[in-house]
Amino acid sequence: MRSLTRTSRRRIAIFATLVVLTAGSILYLGPLGWMISTALKTPDQIYDLPIRWIPDPVDWGNFVELFTEVPFAQYIGNTVVLTALGVLGSITGSSLAAYGFARFRFRGRNALFVVMLSTMMIPVWVTIVPSYVFFGEIGWLDTYLPILVPAFFATPFNTFLLRQFFLSIPQELDEAARIDGAGSVRIFFQIILPLSVPALMMVGLFSFLFFWNDYLGPLIYLQSQELYPLSLGVANFVGTYNQNYPLMMMAAMVSMLPCIALFAIAQKWFMQGIVISGVKG
Amino acid sequence: MSTTRLGMETMVGAARRPRRTAGPLQRREARVGWLWIQPWLIGFLAFTAIPFGAAFVMSLTNWSPAGAEFIGFDNYVRMFTDDPLFWQAIKVTFVFVLLYLPLSIALGLGAAMLMNQKFVGVGVFRTIYYLPSVLSGVAVVVLWSFVFHREFGVVNLALGYLGIPPIPWLQSSFWVIPVIVIMQLWGVGASIIIYLGGLQGIPTELYEAASLDGAGWWRTFRSVTLPMMSPIILLQAVIGLIGTFQIFTQSFALTRGGPDYGSYFLSLYIYDTAFGQLKLGYACALSVALFAIILSLTGLFFAVSRSRVYYAGAKD
Repeated sequence: MRSLTRTSRRRIAIFATLVVLTAGSILYLGPLGWMISTALKTPDQIYDLPIRWIPDPVDWGNFVELFTEVPFAQYIGNTVVLTALGVLGSITGSSLAAYGFARFRFRGRNALFVVMLSTMMIPVWVTIVPSYVFFGEIGWLDTYLPILVPAFFATPFNTFLLRQFFLSIPQELDEAARIDGAGSVRIFFQIILPLSVPALMMVGLFSFLFFWNDYLGPLIYLQSQELYPLSLGVANFVGTYNQNYPLMMMAAMVSMLPCIALFAIAQKWFMQGIVISGVKG
Repeated sequence: MSTTRLGMETMVGAARRPRRTAGPLQRREARVGWLWIQPWLIGFLAFTAIPFGAAFVMSLTNWSPAGAEFIGFDNYVRMFTDDPLFWQAIKVTFVFVLLYLPLSIALGLGAAMLMNQKFVGVGVFRTIYYLPSVLSGVAVVVLWSFVFHREFGVVNLALGYLGIPPIPWLQSSFWVIPVIVIMQLWGVGASIIIYLGGLQGIPTELYEAASLDGAGWWRTFRSVTLPMMSPIILLQAVIGLIGTFQIFTQSFALTRGGPDYGSYFLSLYIYDTAFGQLKLGYACALSVALFAIILSLTGLFFAVSRSRVYYAGAKD
Protein backbone atom coordinates (compact mmCIF):
# COMPACT_ATOMS: atom_id res chain seq x y z
CA MET A 1 0.00 0.00 0.00
CA ARG A 2 2.68 2.40 1.03
CA SER A 3 4.86 1.64 -1.98
CA LEU A 4 1.87 2.20 -4.19
CA THR A 5 1.28 5.71 -2.88
CA ARG A 6 4.95 6.31 -3.28
CA THR A 7 4.99 5.41 -6.97
CA SER A 8 1.88 7.42 -7.64
CA ARG A 9 3.37 10.35 -5.82
CA ARG A 10 6.47 10.00 -7.97
CA ARG A 11 4.33 9.96 -11.09
CA ILE A 12 2.67 13.19 -10.05
CA ALA A 13 6.07 14.76 -9.40
CA ILE A 14 7.33 13.76 -12.84
CA PHE A 15 4.15 15.04 -14.44
CA ALA A 16 4.47 18.39 -12.66
CA THR A 17 8.13 18.57 -13.72
CA LEU A 18 7.16 17.97 -17.32
CA VAL A 19 4.51 20.67 -17.20
CA VAL A 20 6.89 23.23 -15.68
CA LEU A 21 9.78 22.41 -18.01
CA THR A 22 7.55 22.44 -21.07
CA ALA A 23 6.12 25.82 -20.14
CA GLY A 24 9.66 27.09 -19.59
CA SER A 25 10.76 25.67 -22.95
CA ILE A 26 8.04 27.59 -24.70
CA LEU A 27 9.21 30.78 -23.03
CA TYR A 28 12.83 29.98 -23.93
CA LEU A 29 12.16 29.15 -27.56
CA GLY A 30 9.45 31.78 -28.02
CA PRO A 31 11.80 34.70 -28.72
CA LEU A 32 13.71 32.65 -31.32
CA GLY A 33 10.45 31.63 -32.94
CA TRP A 34 9.33 35.25 -32.98
CA MET A 35 12.58 36.29 -34.63
CA ILE A 36 12.41 33.61 -37.33
CA SER A 37 8.74 34.26 -37.97
CA THR A 38 9.22 38.01 -38.28
CA ALA A 39 12.31 37.62 -40.45
CA LEU A 40 10.22 35.81 -43.04
CA LYS A 41 7.50 38.45 -43.20
CA THR A 42 7.12 41.50 -45.38
CA PRO A 43 6.96 44.80 -43.46
CA ASP A 44 3.18 44.86 -43.90
CA GLN A 45 2.65 41.42 -42.45
CA ILE A 46 3.73 42.43 -38.96
CA TYR A 47 0.45 44.30 -38.61
CA ASP A 48 -1.50 41.07 -39.05
CA LEU A 49 -3.65 40.17 -36.10
CA PRO A 50 -4.06 37.62 -34.65
CA ILE A 51 -0.36 36.78 -34.65
CA ARG A 52 0.70 34.55 -37.51
CA TRP A 53 3.63 32.44 -36.37
CA ILE A 54 3.96 30.93 -39.81
CA PRO A 55 3.92 33.85 -42.26
CA ASP A 56 1.56 33.61 -45.20
CA PRO A 57 3.20 33.89 -47.64
CA VAL A 58 6.72 33.16 -46.39
CA ASP A 59 8.89 35.95 -47.71
CA TRP A 60 12.61 35.49 -48.36
CA GLY A 61 12.99 39.00 -49.72
CA ASN A 62 14.63 40.20 -46.50
CA PHE A 63 17.44 37.73 -46.96
CA VAL A 64 18.14 39.06 -50.41
CA GLU A 65 17.80 42.66 -49.28
CA LEU A 66 20.30 42.05 -46.49
CA PHE A 67 22.99 41.29 -49.02
CA THR A 68 22.00 43.86 -51.64
CA GLU A 69 21.02 46.92 -49.57
CA VAL A 70 23.45 46.41 -46.72
CA PRO A 71 27.13 45.34 -46.98
CA PHE A 72 26.21 42.26 -45.03
CA ALA A 73 28.55 39.98 -46.93
CA GLN A 74 31.41 42.23 -45.96
CA TYR A 75 30.38 42.20 -42.30
CA ILE A 76 30.30 38.42 -42.41
CA GLY A 77 33.68 38.26 -44.10
CA ASN A 78 35.23 40.55 -41.49
CA THR A 79 33.69 38.57 -38.66
CA VAL A 80 35.01 35.33 -40.12
CA VAL A 81 38.54 36.78 -40.27
CA LEU A 82 38.35 38.11 -36.71
CA THR A 83 36.87 34.92 -35.35
CA ALA A 84 39.24 32.56 -37.15
CA LEU A 85 42.34 34.41 -35.99
CA GLY A 86 40.88 34.91 -32.52
CA VAL A 87 40.19 31.21 -32.12
CA LEU A 88 43.62 30.29 -33.44
CA GLY A 89 45.26 32.74 -31.05
CA SER A 90 43.28 31.58 -28.04
CA ILE A 91 44.15 27.95 -28.61
CA THR A 92 47.83 28.65 -29.28
CA GLY A 93 48.57 31.02 -26.43
CA SER A 94 46.63 29.29 -23.71
CA SER A 95 47.77 25.77 -24.52
CA LEU A 96 51.43 26.82 -24.30
CA ALA A 97 50.91 28.53 -20.95
CA ALA A 98 48.73 25.74 -19.62
CA TYR A 99 51.47 23.22 -20.44
CA GLY A 100 53.95 25.31 -18.48
CA PHE A 101 51.67 25.47 -15.47
CA ALA A 102 50.73 21.79 -15.61
CA ARG A 103 54.04 20.07 -16.25
CA PHE A 104 56.97 22.08 -14.89
CA ARG A 105 58.05 22.77 -11.34
CA PHE A 106 59.52 26.18 -10.70
CA ARG A 107 59.57 28.60 -7.87
CA GLY A 108 56.62 30.97 -7.86
CA ARG A 109 54.55 28.85 -10.20
CA ASN A 110 51.61 28.38 -7.87
CA ALA A 111 51.69 32.02 -6.84
CA LEU A 112 51.60 33.04 -10.50
CA PHE A 113 48.75 30.69 -11.12
CA VAL A 114 46.80 32.33 -8.31
CA VAL A 115 47.63 35.74 -9.80
CA MET A 116 46.31 34.53 -13.11
CA LEU A 117 43.05 33.31 -11.58
CA SER A 118 42.67 36.57 -9.67
CA THR A 119 42.92 38.63 -12.84
CA MET A 120 39.56 37.21 -13.84
CA MET A 121 38.19 39.67 -11.28
CA ILE A 122 39.58 42.76 -13.01
CA PRO A 123 36.82 44.37 -15.06
CA VAL A 124 37.62 45.01 -18.69
CA TRP A 125 36.58 48.60 -17.94
CA VAL A 126 39.63 49.25 -15.79
CA THR A 127 42.16 48.33 -18.45
CA ILE A 128 40.29 49.60 -21.47
CA VAL A 129 41.11 53.31 -21.24
CA PRO A 130 44.89 52.94 -20.75
CA SER A 131 44.91 50.22 -23.43
CA TYR A 132 43.12 52.56 -25.80
CA VAL A 133 45.69 55.29 -25.16
CA PHE A 134 48.51 52.79 -25.63
CA PHE A 135 47.14 51.37 -28.88
CA GLY A 136 46.61 54.92 -30.07
CA GLU A 137 50.25 55.78 -29.37
CA ILE A 138 51.54 52.86 -31.42
CA GLY A 139 49.11 53.60 -34.26
CA TRP A 140 46.91 50.55 -33.97
CA LEU A 141 43.56 52.33 -33.84
CA ASP A 142 41.18 51.46 -36.63
CA THR A 143 42.90 48.12 -37.21
CA TYR A 144 42.17 44.61 -35.96
CA LEU A 145 45.46 44.50 -34.05
CA PRO A 146 44.13 45.68 -30.62
CA ILE A 147 41.57 42.90 -30.80
CA LEU A 148 43.69 40.14 -32.29
CA VAL A 149 47.15 40.59 -30.79
CA PRO A 150 45.97 40.19 -27.18
CA ALA A 151 44.06 37.11 -28.31
CA PHE A 152 47.35 35.31 -28.90
CA PHE A 153 48.33 35.76 -25.26
CA ALA A 154 46.75 33.26 -22.94
CA THR A 155 43.56 34.29 -21.15
CA PRO A 156 42.95 33.02 -17.60
CA PHE A 157 39.79 31.10 -18.38
CA ASN A 158 41.24 29.16 -21.32
CA THR A 159 44.54 28.50 -19.57
CA PHE A 160 42.77 27.25 -16.49
CA LEU A 161 40.55 24.93 -18.49
CA LEU A 162 43.46 23.48 -20.45
CA ARG A 163 45.71 23.13 -17.42
CA GLN A 164 43.00 21.13 -15.63
CA PHE A 165 42.80 18.86 -18.64
CA PHE A 166 46.58 18.48 -19.02
CA LEU A 167 46.84 17.49 -15.35
CA SER A 168 44.56 14.57 -16.04
CA ILE A 169 46.98 13.15 -18.63
CA PRO A 170 49.22 10.57 -16.90
CA GLN A 171 52.69 11.92 -16.19
CA GLU A 172 54.13 8.47 -17.07
CA LEU A 173 53.49 9.19 -20.74
CA ASP A 174 55.80 12.21 -20.60
CA GLU A 175 58.42 10.28 -18.71
CA ALA A 176 58.37 7.39 -21.15
CA ALA A 177 58.84 9.84 -24.02
CA ARG A 178 61.61 11.63 -22.17
CA ILE A 179 63.49 8.35 -21.73
CA ASP A 180 63.19 7.94 -25.49
CA GLY A 181 64.93 11.30 -25.80
CA ALA A 182 61.97 13.58 -26.45
CA GLY A 183 62.26 17.17 -25.29
CA SER A 184 59.43 19.25 -23.91
CA VAL A 185 58.45 20.60 -27.32
CA ARG A 186 58.04 17.12 -28.75
CA ILE A 187 56.15 15.94 -25.68
CA PHE A 188 53.82 18.89 -26.04
CA PHE A 189 53.10 18.29 -29.70
CA GLN A 190 53.13 14.51 -29.78
CA ILE A 191 51.60 13.58 -26.43
CA ILE A 192 49.83 16.44 -24.71
CA LEU A 193 48.08 18.05 -27.67
CA PRO A 194 46.81 14.87 -29.36
CA LEU A 195 45.37 13.67 -26.05
CA SER A 196 43.74 17.02 -25.36
CA VAL A 197 41.60 17.38 -28.47
CA PRO A 198 38.36 17.59 -26.42
CA ALA A 199 39.73 20.39 -24.24
CA LEU A 200 41.15 22.24 -27.24
CA MET A 201 37.76 21.91 -28.92
CA MET A 202 36.12 23.51 -25.89
CA VAL A 203 38.52 26.43 -25.86
CA GLY A 204 37.95 26.81 -29.58
CA LEU A 205 34.18 26.77 -29.19
CA PHE A 206 34.07 29.29 -26.38
CA SER A 207 36.50 31.56 -28.21
CA PHE A 208 34.41 31.26 -31.34
CA LEU A 209 31.35 32.51 -29.49
CA PHE A 210 33.35 35.31 -27.91
CA PHE A 211 34.92 36.65 -31.09
CA TRP A 212 31.85 36.11 -33.22
CA ASN A 213 29.73 38.21 -30.86
CA ASP A 214 32.35 40.64 -29.56
CA TYR A 215 30.99 44.15 -29.65
CA LEU A 216 32.99 46.25 -27.20
CA GLY A 217 36.39 45.74 -28.83
CA PRO A 218 35.26 46.61 -32.38
CA LEU A 219 33.11 49.46 -31.05
CA ILE A 220 36.07 51.12 -29.38
CA TYR A 221 38.87 50.38 -31.81
CA LEU A 222 37.26 50.44 -35.25
CA GLN A 223 36.10 53.47 -37.19
CA SER A 224 36.10 52.51 -40.87
CA GLN A 225 32.90 50.90 -42.08
CA GLU A 226 34.91 48.51 -44.26
CA LEU A 227 36.32 46.92 -41.11
CA TYR A 228 33.01 46.45 -39.30
CA PRO A 229 32.19 42.94 -38.10
CA LEU A 230 28.60 41.74 -37.80
CA SER A 231 28.10 43.06 -34.28
CA LEU A 232 28.93 46.64 -35.25
CA GLY A 233 27.29 46.32 -38.64
CA VAL A 234 24.00 45.09 -37.21
CA ALA A 235 23.99 47.71 -34.45
CA ASN A 236 24.73 50.38 -37.01
CA PHE A 237 22.09 49.28 -39.39
CA VAL A 238 19.43 49.00 -36.69
CA GLY A 239 19.95 52.73 -36.29
CA THR A 240 19.31 53.32 -39.99
CA TYR A 241 16.53 50.84 -40.75
CA ASN A 242 14.85 51.01 -37.38
CA GLN A 243 11.37 50.81 -38.85
CA ASN A 244 11.94 47.73 -40.99
CA TYR A 245 11.55 45.07 -38.31
CA PRO A 246 11.49 42.03 -40.58
CA LEU A 247 14.82 43.10 -42.08
CA MET A 248 16.26 43.63 -38.59
CA MET A 249 15.13 40.19 -37.49
CA MET A 250 16.63 38.67 -40.61
CA ALA A 251 19.92 40.37 -39.77
CA ALA A 252 19.80 39.06 -36.20
CA MET A 253 18.91 35.60 -37.42
CA VAL A 254 21.68 35.40 -39.99
CA SER A 255 24.27 36.58 -37.46
CA MET A 256 23.12 34.00 -34.92
CA LEU A 257 23.03 31.15 -37.41
CA PRO A 258 26.68 30.05 -37.11
CA CYS A 259 26.43 29.92 -33.31
CA ILE A 260 23.29 27.84 -33.47
CA ALA A 261 24.82 25.54 -36.08
CA LEU A 262 27.93 25.12 -33.96
CA PHE A 263 25.81 24.32 -30.96
CA ALA A 264 23.86 21.73 -32.91
CA ILE A 265 27.10 20.03 -34.00
CA ALA A 266 29.08 20.32 -30.79
CA GLN A 267 26.57 20.43 -27.95
CA LYS A 268 28.34 17.61 -26.11
CA TRP A 269 31.62 19.50 -26.00
CA PHE A 270 30.03 22.71 -24.85
CA MET A 271 28.47 20.98 -21.90
CA GLN A 272 31.64 19.07 -21.05
CA GLY A 273 33.64 22.27 -21.11
CA ILE A 274 31.24 23.96 -18.76
CA VAL A 275 31.36 21.10 -16.30
CA ILE A 276 35.16 20.83 -16.37
CA SER A 277 35.78 24.49 -15.86
CA GLY A 278 32.75 25.18 -13.73
CA VAL A 279 33.38 28.77 -14.62
CA LYS A 280 31.42 29.67 -17.70
CA GLY A 281 28.15 31.21 -16.67
CA MET B 1 38.34 16.59 -12.40
CA SER B 2 35.58 19.04 -11.66
CA THR B 3 36.91 22.11 -9.96
CA THR B 4 33.62 23.69 -9.20
CA ARG B 5 34.71 23.37 -5.59
CA LEU B 6 35.96 26.69 -4.47
CA GLY B 7 39.21 27.89 -3.00
CA MET B 8 42.40 28.79 -4.69
CA GLU B 9 44.15 25.93 -2.85
CA THR B 10 41.91 23.36 -4.43
CA MET B 11 42.23 24.96 -7.85
CA VAL B 12 45.99 25.06 -7.65
CA GLY B 13 46.69 22.03 -5.51
CA ALA B 14 46.42 19.32 -8.11
CA ALA B 15 49.84 20.00 -9.66
CA ARG B 16 53.07 18.76 -8.10
CA ARG B 17 54.54 21.02 -5.52
CA PRO B 18 57.93 22.58 -6.27
CA ARG B 19 60.94 20.86 -4.71
CA ARG B 20 62.89 22.64 -2.04
CA THR B 21 66.46 21.98 -3.14
CA ALA B 22 67.30 22.71 -6.72
CA GLY B 23 69.93 20.75 -8.62
CA PRO B 24 70.97 21.52 -12.19
CA LEU B 25 68.15 19.36 -13.56
CA GLN B 26 65.56 21.19 -11.52
CA ARG B 27 67.00 24.51 -12.57
CA ARG B 28 66.68 23.49 -16.17
CA GLU B 29 63.10 22.35 -15.62
CA ALA B 30 62.33 25.71 -14.01
CA ARG B 31 63.89 27.62 -16.91
CA VAL B 32 61.93 25.66 -19.49
CA GLY B 33 58.76 26.06 -17.45
CA TRP B 34 59.16 29.82 -17.35
CA LEU B 35 59.59 29.79 -21.10
CA TRP B 36 56.30 27.96 -21.65
CA ILE B 37 54.27 30.34 -19.53
CA GLN B 38 55.54 33.40 -21.40
CA PRO B 39 52.41 33.65 -23.57
CA TRP B 40 50.49 34.30 -20.42
CA LEU B 41 53.13 36.32 -18.56
CA ILE B 42 53.81 38.79 -21.38
CA GLY B 43 50.13 39.19 -22.12
CA PHE B 44 49.41 39.62 -18.43
CA LEU B 45 51.99 42.40 -18.11
CA ALA B 46 51.17 44.15 -21.37
CA PHE B 47 47.39 43.90 -21.43
CA THR B 48 46.40 43.56 -17.78
CA ALA B 49 48.98 44.55 -15.16
CA ILE B 50 50.44 47.65 -16.78
CA PRO B 51 47.09 49.06 -18.01
CA PHE B 52 45.68 48.23 -14.59
CA GLY B 53 48.39 50.26 -12.85
CA ALA B 54 48.10 52.99 -15.47
CA ALA B 55 44.38 53.29 -14.79
CA PHE B 56 45.14 54.16 -11.17
CA VAL B 57 47.72 56.73 -12.19
CA MET B 58 45.49 58.22 -14.90
CA SER B 59 42.65 58.48 -12.42
CA LEU B 60 44.72 61.06 -10.54
CA THR B 61 44.98 63.28 -13.62
CA ASN B 62 42.65 65.25 -15.86
CA TRP B 63 43.95 63.26 -18.85
CA SER B 64 42.37 64.29 -22.14
CA PRO B 65 43.61 64.54 -25.73
CA ALA B 66 44.61 68.14 -24.88
CA GLY B 67 47.06 67.02 -22.22
CA ALA B 68 47.28 65.76 -18.68
CA GLU B 69 47.90 67.35 -15.33
CA PHE B 70 48.19 65.72 -11.96
CA ILE B 71 45.18 66.75 -9.91
CA GLY B 72 45.40 64.40 -6.93
CA PHE B 73 42.11 62.96 -5.79
CA ASP B 74 39.98 65.65 -7.41
CA ASN B 75 38.30 63.15 -9.73
CA TYR B 76 37.23 61.02 -6.79
CA VAL B 77 36.05 64.01 -4.78
CA ARG B 78 34.01 65.21 -7.71
CA MET B 79 32.60 61.75 -8.33
CA PHE B 80 31.28 61.39 -4.80
CA THR B 81 30.21 64.93 -4.08
CA ASP B 82 29.32 66.60 -7.33
CA ASP B 83 28.21 64.11 -9.94
CA PRO B 84 24.55 63.06 -9.95
CA LEU B 85 25.13 60.94 -13.05
CA PHE B 86 27.62 58.79 -11.15
CA TRP B 87 25.03 58.08 -8.47
CA GLN B 88 22.40 57.39 -11.10
CA ALA B 89 24.74 54.88 -12.75
CA ILE B 90 25.48 53.30 -9.37
CA LYS B 91 21.78 53.03 -8.62
CA VAL B 92 20.93 51.46 -11.97
CA THR B 93 23.83 49.03 -11.74
CA PHE B 94 22.98 47.89 -8.22
CA VAL B 95 19.27 47.54 -8.92
CA PHE B 96 20.11 45.38 -11.90
CA VAL B 97 22.54 43.18 -9.98
CA LEU B 98 20.16 42.80 -7.04
CA LEU B 99 17.39 41.70 -9.38
CA TYR B 100 19.42 39.53 -11.72
CA LEU B 101 21.78 37.66 -9.42
CA PRO B 102 19.25 36.05 -7.03
CA LEU B 103 16.89 35.29 -9.92
CA SER B 104 19.62 33.67 -12.01
CA ILE B 105 20.69 31.45 -9.10
CA ALA B 106 17.12 30.48 -8.18
CA LEU B 107 16.18 29.80 -11.78
CA GLY B 108 19.40 27.95 -12.58
CA LEU B 109 19.29 25.76 -9.49
CA GLY B 110 15.55 25.22 -9.76
CA ALA B 111 15.69 24.13 -13.38
CA ALA B 112 18.70 21.92 -12.65
CA MET B 113 16.83 20.18 -9.83
CA LEU B 114 13.88 19.53 -12.09
CA MET B 115 16.20 18.11 -14.74
CA ASN B 116 18.03 15.99 -12.19
CA GLN B 117 15.30 13.37 -12.32
CA LYS B 118 15.05 10.32 -14.48
CA PHE B 119 12.46 10.63 -17.18
CA VAL B 120 12.31 10.28 -20.94
CA GLY B 121 13.18 13.47 -22.79
CA VAL B 122 15.24 15.14 -20.10
CA GLY B 123 18.05 15.60 -22.63
CA VAL B 124 15.73 17.57 -24.90
CA PHE B 125 15.00 20.03 -22.12
CA ARG B 126 18.70 20.39 -21.38
CA THR B 127 19.31 21.28 -25.01
CA ILE B 128 16.43 23.75 -25.19
CA TYR B 129 17.45 25.61 -22.05
CA TYR B 130 21.10 25.67 -22.97
CA LEU B 131 20.64 26.83 -26.57
CA PRO B 132 20.06 30.57 -25.88
CA SER B 133 23.19 30.79 -23.76
CA VAL B 134 25.42 30.29 -26.82
CA LEU B 135 23.85 33.42 -28.28
CA SER B 136 24.92 36.84 -27.14
CA GLY B 137 25.72 40.33 -28.21
CA VAL B 138 23.97 42.71 -30.52
CA ALA B 139 21.87 40.15 -32.40
CA VAL B 140 20.27 39.02 -29.15
CA VAL B 141 19.51 42.60 -28.19
CA VAL B 142 17.93 43.26 -31.58
CA LEU B 143 15.82 40.14 -31.18
CA TRP B 144 14.56 41.16 -27.73
CA SER B 145 13.92 44.73 -28.76
CA PHE B 146 11.27 43.42 -31.11
CA VAL B 147 9.89 40.89 -28.61
CA PHE B 148 9.23 43.84 -26.30
CA HIS B 149 8.22 46.27 -29.03
CA ARG B 150 5.43 48.52 -27.83
CA GLU B 151 3.04 47.96 -30.71
CA PHE B 152 4.10 44.84 -32.58
CA GLY B 153 6.07 42.93 -29.93
CA VAL B 154 4.84 39.48 -29.02
CA VAL B 155 4.75 40.30 -25.29
CA ASN B 156 2.36 43.21 -25.63
CA LEU B 157 0.28 41.36 -28.23
CA ALA B 158 -0.06 38.46 -25.79
CA LEU B 159 -0.93 40.83 -22.96
CA GLY B 160 -3.53 42.35 -25.27
CA TYR B 161 -5.32 38.98 -25.47
CA LEU B 162 -5.57 39.10 -21.68
CA GLY B 163 -7.01 42.57 -21.84
CA ILE B 164 -3.90 44.24 -20.46
CA PRO B 165 -3.02 47.52 -22.18
CA PRO B 166 0.40 47.67 -23.89
CA ILE B 167 3.34 48.35 -21.57
CA PRO B 168 5.98 50.81 -22.86
CA TRP B 169 8.82 48.39 -22.04
CA LEU B 170 11.62 50.28 -23.74
CA GLN B 171 10.14 53.74 -23.42
CA SER B 172 9.96 53.69 -19.65
CA SER B 173 12.85 54.09 -17.27
CA PHE B 174 11.02 51.76 -14.89
CA TRP B 175 10.45 48.84 -17.27
CA VAL B 176 13.75 48.88 -19.14
CA ILE B 177 15.67 47.20 -16.31
CA PRO B 178 13.21 44.28 -15.99
CA VAL B 179 13.53 43.82 -19.77
CA ILE B 180 17.32 43.57 -19.51
CA VAL B 181 16.99 41.18 -16.56
CA ILE B 182 14.73 38.91 -18.62
CA MET B 183 17.10 39.18 -21.57
CA GLN B 184 19.98 38.05 -19.36
CA LEU B 185 17.99 35.28 -17.71
CA TRP B 186 17.49 33.85 -21.18
CA GLY B 187 21.16 32.89 -21.03
CA VAL B 188 20.95 31.05 -17.73
CA GLY B 189 21.40 27.67 -19.45
CA ALA B 190 25.13 27.44 -18.78
CA SER B 191 24.50 27.75 -15.04
CA ILE B 192 21.85 25.07 -15.26
CA ILE B 193 24.45 22.70 -16.69
CA ILE B 194 26.90 23.59 -13.90
CA TYR B 195 24.31 23.07 -11.18
CA LEU B 196 23.22 19.84 -12.83
CA GLY B 197 26.79 18.58 -12.72
CA GLY B 198 26.94 19.45 -9.03
CA LEU B 199 23.64 17.78 -8.23
CA GLN B 200 24.72 14.60 -9.96
CA GLY B 201 27.82 14.56 -7.77
CA ILE B 202 25.84 14.44 -4.51
CA PRO B 203 26.09 10.89 -3.14
CA THR B 204 22.70 9.16 -3.27
CA GLU B 205 23.35 7.71 0.20
CA LEU B 206 22.72 11.15 1.64
CA TYR B 207 19.26 11.24 0.10
CA GLU B 208 18.58 7.68 1.22
CA ALA B 209 19.60 8.55 4.77
CA ALA B 210 17.40 11.66 4.72
CA SER B 211 14.49 9.61 3.42
CA LEU B 212 15.01 6.97 6.17
CA ASP B 213 14.97 9.75 8.73
CA GLY B 214 11.60 10.78 7.36
CA ALA B 215 12.75 14.06 5.92
CA GLY B 216 10.30 15.68 3.54
CA TRP B 217 11.06 17.48 0.32
CA TRP B 218 11.87 20.84 1.85
CA ARG B 219 13.91 19.37 4.71
CA THR B 220 15.95 17.32 2.25
CA PHE B 221 16.57 20.40 0.16
CA ARG B 222 17.67 22.47 3.15
CA SER B 223 19.79 19.82 4.81
CA VAL B 224 21.27 17.87 1.91
CA THR B 225 21.00 19.63 -1.44
CA LEU B 226 21.74 23.18 -0.35
CA PRO B 227 24.82 22.44 1.82
CA MET B 228 26.26 20.09 -0.79
CA MET B 229 25.67 22.65 -3.53
CA SER B 230 26.85 25.65 -1.53
CA PRO B 231 30.41 25.80 -2.98
CA ILE B 232 29.04 25.77 -6.52
CA ILE B 233 26.41 28.35 -5.69
CA LEU B 234 29.02 30.61 -4.14
CA LEU B 235 31.29 30.31 -7.17
CA GLN B 236 28.39 31.02 -9.52
CA ALA B 237 27.37 33.99 -7.41
CA VAL B 238 30.88 35.45 -7.45
CA ILE B 239 31.34 34.93 -11.19
CA GLY B 240 27.86 36.30 -11.80
CA LEU B 241 28.64 39.31 -9.67
CA ILE B 242 31.86 40.11 -11.51
CA GLY B 243 30.21 39.72 -14.91
CA THR B 244 26.97 41.46 -14.07
CA PHE B 245 28.60 44.62 -12.80
CA GLN B 246 30.29 44.99 -16.20
CA ILE B 247 27.14 44.60 -18.29
CA PHE B 248 27.29 46.92 -21.29
CA THR B 249 26.13 45.71 -24.72
CA GLN B 250 22.63 44.83 -23.51
CA SER B 251 21.83 48.37 -22.51
CA PHE B 252 24.03 50.18 -25.00
CA ALA B 253 22.56 48.44 -28.03
CA LEU B 254 19.02 48.45 -26.63
CA THR B 255 18.43 51.99 -25.41
CA ARG B 256 21.88 53.66 -25.10
CA GLY B 257 21.31 53.81 -21.35
CA GLY B 258 17.94 55.42 -21.63
CA PRO B 259 15.21 56.29 -21.44
CA ASP B 260 16.02 59.03 -19.01
CA TYR B 261 19.20 57.26 -17.85
CA GLY B 262 17.00 54.39 -16.67
CA SER B 263 19.48 51.76 -17.91
CA TYR B 264 22.60 53.87 -17.59
CA PHE B 265 24.98 51.31 -16.13
CA LEU B 266 28.34 52.34 -14.73
CA SER B 267 29.94 50.77 -17.80
CA LEU B 268 27.98 53.10 -20.07
CA TYR B 269 29.02 56.08 -18.03
CA ILE B 270 32.66 55.01 -18.30
CA TYR B 271 32.24 54.52 -22.04
CA ASP B 272 30.62 57.92 -22.59
CA THR B 273 33.13 59.71 -20.39
CA ALA B 274 36.13 58.12 -22.08
CA PHE B 275 35.10 57.77 -25.70
CA GLY B 276 32.35 60.37 -25.98
CA GLN B 277 33.65 63.27 -23.93
CA LEU B 278 37.30 62.15 -24.07
CA LYS B 279 37.73 62.78 -20.35
CA LEU B 280 40.05 59.84 -19.97
CA GLY B 281 41.26 60.70 -16.47
CA TYR B 282 37.78 60.90 -15.06
CA ALA B 283 36.79 57.71 -16.87
CA CYS B 284 39.71 55.95 -15.17
CA ALA B 285 38.52 57.16 -11.77
CA LEU B 286 35.06 55.77 -12.56
CA SER B 287 36.55 52.45 -13.61
CA VAL B 288 38.63 52.24 -10.44
CA ALA B 289 35.41 52.80 -8.49
CA LEU B 290 33.80 49.95 -10.41
CA PHE B 291 36.76 47.73 -9.61
CA ALA B 292 36.61 48.69 -5.92
CA ILE B 293 32.92 47.79 -5.79
CA ILE B 294 33.50 44.42 -7.42
CA LEU B 295 36.48 43.68 -5.20
CA SER B 296 34.76 44.57 -1.94
CA LEU B 297 31.56 42.72 -2.79
CA THR B 298 33.52 39.63 -3.80
CA GLY B 299 35.37 39.83 -0.47
CA LEU B 300 32.06 40.23 1.31
CA PHE B 301 30.62 37.18 -0.44
CA PHE B 302 33.56 35.05 0.65
CA ALA B 303 33.50 36.39 4.20
CA VAL B 304 29.77 35.88 4.69
CA SER B 305 29.86 32.47 3.09
CA ARG B 306 32.78 31.15 5.10
CA SER B 307 30.52 29.73 7.77
CA ARG B 308 27.80 28.70 5.34
CA VAL B 309 29.62 26.92 2.60
CA TYR B 310 30.30 23.27 3.11
CA TYR B 311 33.40 21.76 1.56
CA ALA B 312 33.26 17.99 1.47
CA GLY B 313 36.70 16.60 2.21
CA ALA B 314 38.12 19.93 3.34
CA LYS B 315 40.57 19.78 6.23
CA ASP B 316 39.87 21.87 9.30
